[in-house]
Amino acid sequence: MSLEKKYPKEVKKLLAKYPPEHKRSAVMPLLYLAQREEGFVNKEAMQDIARLLDITETDVASIVGFYTLYHDKKAGKYRMQVCTDLPCALRGADEFLNNLCGNLGIKVGETTEDGLVTIESVMCLAACDRAPMFQTQGPDGIKYHEYMTVDRTMELIEALKKTEVEK
Amino acid sequence: MSHVLLRHRDIPDFNTLNVYKKNGGFDAFKKAVAKMKPTDVIDVVKNSGLRGRGGAGFPTGMKWSFIDNKNWPHYVVANADESEPGTFKDREIMESNPFQFLEGLAIASYAVGATVAYIYLRGEFWQVAAFLDEKIAEMEKAGYLGDNLFGTDYSLKIFTHLGAGAYICGEETALLESLEGKRGQPRVRPPFPPSYGLYGKPTIINNVETFTNVPPIIANGAEWYKSMGTTDSAGVKIFSLSGRVRKPGNYELPFGATFRQLIYEHGMGIQDGRSVKAIMPAGASSSLIVVDDKVLDTPMDYATVRTLGADLGSASVIVLDDTVDIDWVINKTIHFFKHESCGKCTTCREGNYWMRNLTERIHSGSGSENDVNLLLNVAKQMQGKCLCALGEFSTMAVVTGIERFPQDFKKAVKA
Repeated sequence: MSLEKKYPKEVKKLLAKYPPEHKRSAVMPLLYLAQREEGFVNKEAMQDIARLLDITETDVASIVGFYTLYHDKKAGKYRMQVCTDLPCALRGADEFLNNLCGNLGIKVGETTEDGLVTIESVMCLAACDRAPMFQTQGPDGIKYHEYMTVDRTMELIEALKKTEVEK
Repeated sequence: MSHVLLRHRDIPDFNTLNVYKKNGGFDAFKKAVAKMKPTDVIDVVKNSGLRGRGGAGFPTGMKWSFIDNKNWPHYVVANADESEPGTFKDREIMESNPFQFLEGLAIASYAVGATVAYIYLRGEFWQVAAFLDEKIAEMEKAGYLGDNLFGTDYSLKIFTHLGAGAYICGEETALLESLEGKRGQPRVRPPFPPSYGLYGKPTIINNVETFTNVPPIIANGAEWYKSMGTTDSAGVKIFSLSGRVRKPGNYELPFGATFRQLIYEHGMGIQDGRSVKAIMPAGASSSLIVVDDKVLDTPMDYATVRTLGADLGSASVIVLDDTVDIDWVINKTIHFFKHESCGKCTTCREGNYWMRNLTERIHSGSGSENDVNLLLNVAKQMQGKCLCALGEFSTMAVVTGIERFPQDFKKAVKA
């Protein structure tokens, strides 16, 4: 189903932010909308957005490819994106990521067996004073988790599991 | 001393409209729109000595005066893409003192005749954007945004726009490209945004912290603002302190405070009682300063930090203690720049790729002295040849690291 049919109010609101002759500006917010349900943007959605904004499918795909928060492949329901840049690493982020992966029995870039969590290593998230930290990118957007330990992260994963079961 | 920018630390619930209003909120915006000509507003900001807080330190009022009045409409864009490793001040402003930032953005829009302003936030600030959307709606309801503000014919709308994970979009022309729905790659300058900006129209772009300075300047005057800070750098600055200090965080201090005050008084000194080896005053883009007592007692303003062979930039002070190896540090920063290079100019795209291969080899212990020389050579070759500041500044830590900490590299290639 097209985005306009699926989320009519939101699409209208997004397009209203930009001058009508520059509606291409809405490509980024529309891509967030498109990947809301499955966690990635499929080919049909790219065609749909291209049609909506009068640009080519290649234009849309080039945006998906350029920005790290858009994905064209399925991964875990939640992407756990750990910052390991210099300031975080000075506060133990590398060890944190290593230990977390060890605990989950997966490597960076891999997904837990139940498909719930993918562990990723990412660039600076502007929370250098609260490391180790990561963000979760999931169906309900992006959330920060700061001053983290492996224990607290495992608790968070258990909590996510529980909400999934209840759904 | 009470805060000028981080006022939420002095006044509880400062991020609610009522509390903000009770404490003089929107008086400056009203004064500007109802009583001042746009050029008068620009003059006050000019005379205050306010300089851009995003890193370049360009005089704000002068930037505003460059707006091309022969080409319309005009736009104002807030750069909230905060992505420099070590910088986390704009996020605190937007989360805890949102109205002062929005009021500053509104005053700037009035000053340059813009009726639409955008806030470009990094995609990771998803929750911050949603929060700002609420605050903007509250301002609309209270009559501080919308049509015919304060009974005049001035109208203003503010919209948020989320990026999606690209450090380069903090570069102002890459930000504009991104806001236009394209890949975030810098434009060749000139023309500069005040003559050719968003959708090719005259545009003023400033950092979140810069805008947040504007309401108190309009309310209290240029002289008041200039009475704080130093002759070179007027006013106050938020220093983001990170690394091996005991109490990292944001500290608002007048320009001219020393590194020692920041690190030892506010940051409570170094973890495990160790000593400072090096300081990076402008995040990962920074040159490395070898630290001694003289350096620690250096006043932090744009001109004085330059005498130490570094830029103050966005004042994201990363502290490295004597346990940290500099070959590890530059391997970290170059991994970052290699990942974030937008790929448009060959120098930065290829240069960072080769620097990454070399820093990785040296840090892993399989490098030779020749690799260190080659790395220094590549970095120096890149300087002055990149399209934007990302490429230029990616070389800073490499060059100053090798030149100022040669013993660390000797140790790395021997090990």
